[in-house]
Amino acid sequence: MKINKLLVGLLTSVTLVGGAAQAAELSMVSGDTGTGLAFLQSQLDRFEEQTGHTVTIVPMPSSTSDQFGQYRLWLAAGNQDIDVYQTDVIWAPQLADQFLDLTEAAADVVGAHFPSIIESQTVDGKLVALPAFTDAPALFYRTDLLEKHGKQVPTTWEEMTATAQEIMDAERAEGNAEMYGFVFQGNAYEGLTCNALEWVKSYGGGQVVEADGTISINNPQAAAAIDMAASWIGTISPEGNLAYQEEEARGVWQLGNAVFMRNWPYAYALSNSDDSAVKGKYDVAPLPAGTGEGAGSAATLGGWNVAVSKYSPDPEAAIELALFLASPEVQKERAIEQSNLPTIEALYSDADVLAASPFMADWLEIFQNAVPRPSAPTKANYNEVSSLFWSAVHNTLSGNGTAAENLELLEADLTDLKGDAW
Amino acid sequence: MVTDVLTASVPAAGRKTRSELSQQRLRAARWFLVPMLVALSVVAGWPLARSIYFSFTDASLNDLYGAEFIGFGNYLRWTVLDSGVVRYRGTLADPAWWNAVWNTMRFAVLSVSIEAVLGMLVALVLNAEFRGRGIVRAAILIPWAIPTIVSAKMWAWMLNDQFGILNDLGMRLGLLSQKVAWTASADTAMTAVLIVDIWKTTPFMALLILAGLQMIPKDIYEAADIDGVHPVKQFFKITLPLVRPALMVAIIFRILDALRIFDLIYVLTPNSAATKTMSVISRENLFDFDNFAYGSAQSTLLFLIIAILTILYIWLGKVRFDGGDR
Repeated sequence: MKINKLLVGLLTSVTLVGGAAQAAELSMVSGDTGTGLAFLQSQLDRFEEQTGHTVTIVPMPSSTSDQFGQYRLWLAAGNQDIDVYQTDVIWAPQLADQFLDLTEAAADVVGAHFPSIIESQTVDGKLVALPAFTDAPALFYRTDLLEKHGKQVPTTWEEMTATAQEIMDAERAEGNAEMYGFVFQGNAYEGLTCNALEWVKSYGGGQVVEADGTISINNPQAAAAIDMAASWIGTISPEGNLAYQEEEARGVWQLGNAVFMRNWPYAYALSNSDDSAVKGKYDVAPLPAGTGEGAGSAATLGGWNVAVSKYSPDPEAAIELALFLASPEVQKERAIEQSNLPTIEALYSDADVLAASPFMADWLEIFQNAVPRPSAPTKANYNEVSSLFWSAVHNTLSGNGTAAENLELLEADLTDLKGDAW
Repeated sequence: MVTDVLTASVPAAGRKTRSELSQQRLRAARWFLVPMLVALSVVAGWPLARSIYFSFTDASLNDLYGAEFIGFGNYLRWTVLDSGVVRYRGTLADPAWWNAVWNTMRFAVLSVSIEAVLGMLVALVLNAEFRGRGIVRAAILIPWAIPTIVSAKMWAWMLNDQFGILNDLGMRLGLLSQKVAWTASADTAMTAVLIVDIWKTTPFMALLILAGLQMIPKDIYEAADIDGVHPVKQFFKITLPLVRPALMVAIIFRILDALRIFDLIYVLTPNSAATKTMSVISRENLFDFDNFAYGSAQSTLLFLIIAILTILYIWLGKVRFDGGDR
């Protein structure tokens, strides 16, 4: 032990003497779910050991909408206290002005990442953030319950609804009164935009605003998709699902009270923890497909990145940290411990990763075909577009008007917002 | 508000004789006011002036200092289409804004009136002589002492549909037939917010009313007892008129608070259109939607609405802040 520490000390001093880096004090913000913060801390400890810098984590709420408001405010005020931001995949176009261009710093490593993800973080030729992990949701299902009731993993939403209802009714009849069929993210926030975009897209209803800026949401398939989701509330999903974000849905699921759940892969590792009632009794599958013309399975592209504030007093050390967090080593540990999807293609065939999260082999294809939220075409208006969309969907789910009525109003509101051009 | 209290009481003291001494005291009082006025203008006056200024510009958070003056466009503007149809835009023509105004008014009226009645009841109980009164008085203040964010989060868990204690109790006692998603459904979201707010601020109301009750001389009640006046009549004919000045002041504090409610709703039901208030919607526009100037216009309207309502209340209610009778 002592010799090890001595070596580490020697190595550190060598790097310091070598003048590779001046020790800096950095802070980074992170709003994470589950054990994400603890994981980040363990990685930062390694970073501190390697570089001699110190990093403080400023924890933030896990809701992306809440984080965004705060970051926007800090960045607008030129806040120097935060050096590195953990950013959602949709923020790049809105915050591009406030972050440093990482093109040069990351020139050697960008090639290893998926081009589509690097592209999503590039605004007008400027690489705004480096990817830490990507995200494409899964249908979590209870292997024990499906087997017990002799059901297959559903491949369409209709099948999922029927199976969920049947198993839920049967389980309740056996005295499991808390059992529900399906939980998802139904609160009025960014997560509902992700969920609803999947329903709409899987029914062949487009992606709200298309890549060329056309507003496409008011169509019969989209309405059918959202009406289907509205039929879940109070039947296979609890009424309270209207207030669930990721962690609330995971809470119900992890207590063993749901047959199906729509969630991001981070829940995969957590569901297998020792205090989980579903440990060893679940698996994941691609989200079900819709029905009708152009239907198929759709997954919303998520993912988080690290960006460096242009107001950072110590940009070099901050860039070093960003590169570290996006590095293959950290992404690999993240994939194993947090079951977050790596953005580096090579890791999808890594034996250690696949041993911890076997599903990842199938996920390569899923996220490569994932639907982006319309943040690129709607630019600075994205948040308002998303808010209008989730409000229209939330209204429908709560029984305020049918999907067709709400989507017509949504189309009018979006047209007003768009004006001549986004 | 604080300045009114002080400036109003100073002339009242020096009205009878303008002696050298009282004039000296008047001058001293003015000097004592200076630090507070400076502090107020820095922390309240300047930000207010800035947001009023921004409301007449096209400011965005990415470019605050390059904002250009655009007049009343953020409040109301219109374009006449080729077909002759007039399209109105701006906050004053925004249904989301008027929904927020309506939510705020509804919240303020409901919460303040329920709190006034409950606060009065609590104050009457605490005004009675009984053993352990000191402890009860201290205990009842606990909800008021807890920071709003903490109590909102605490209630969010208690109101949670799956894990919440309220649903659990309700089901066990047979009061609820199924678990209610209090904060999720549009029908109960406002009720949930009201419950938490009433729980939190009734103690404040009770405390202010209690202070008023203790100023009522006991001998009036003795006289009424001797005359055989019924206790209920005593309350309406003696207690209520005499406690009225304190009650009116307590109510106005609460109205000011209720009209600008933000933290509780932001934590409990952040994006529900059923509870979105003026403060919540203006914050959303200011920071989330990058409509900084538009949000400033809404903040300015919020300020004007609160100012007008306060002036109306003081004028119509003949409120006096020196604690005297009307």
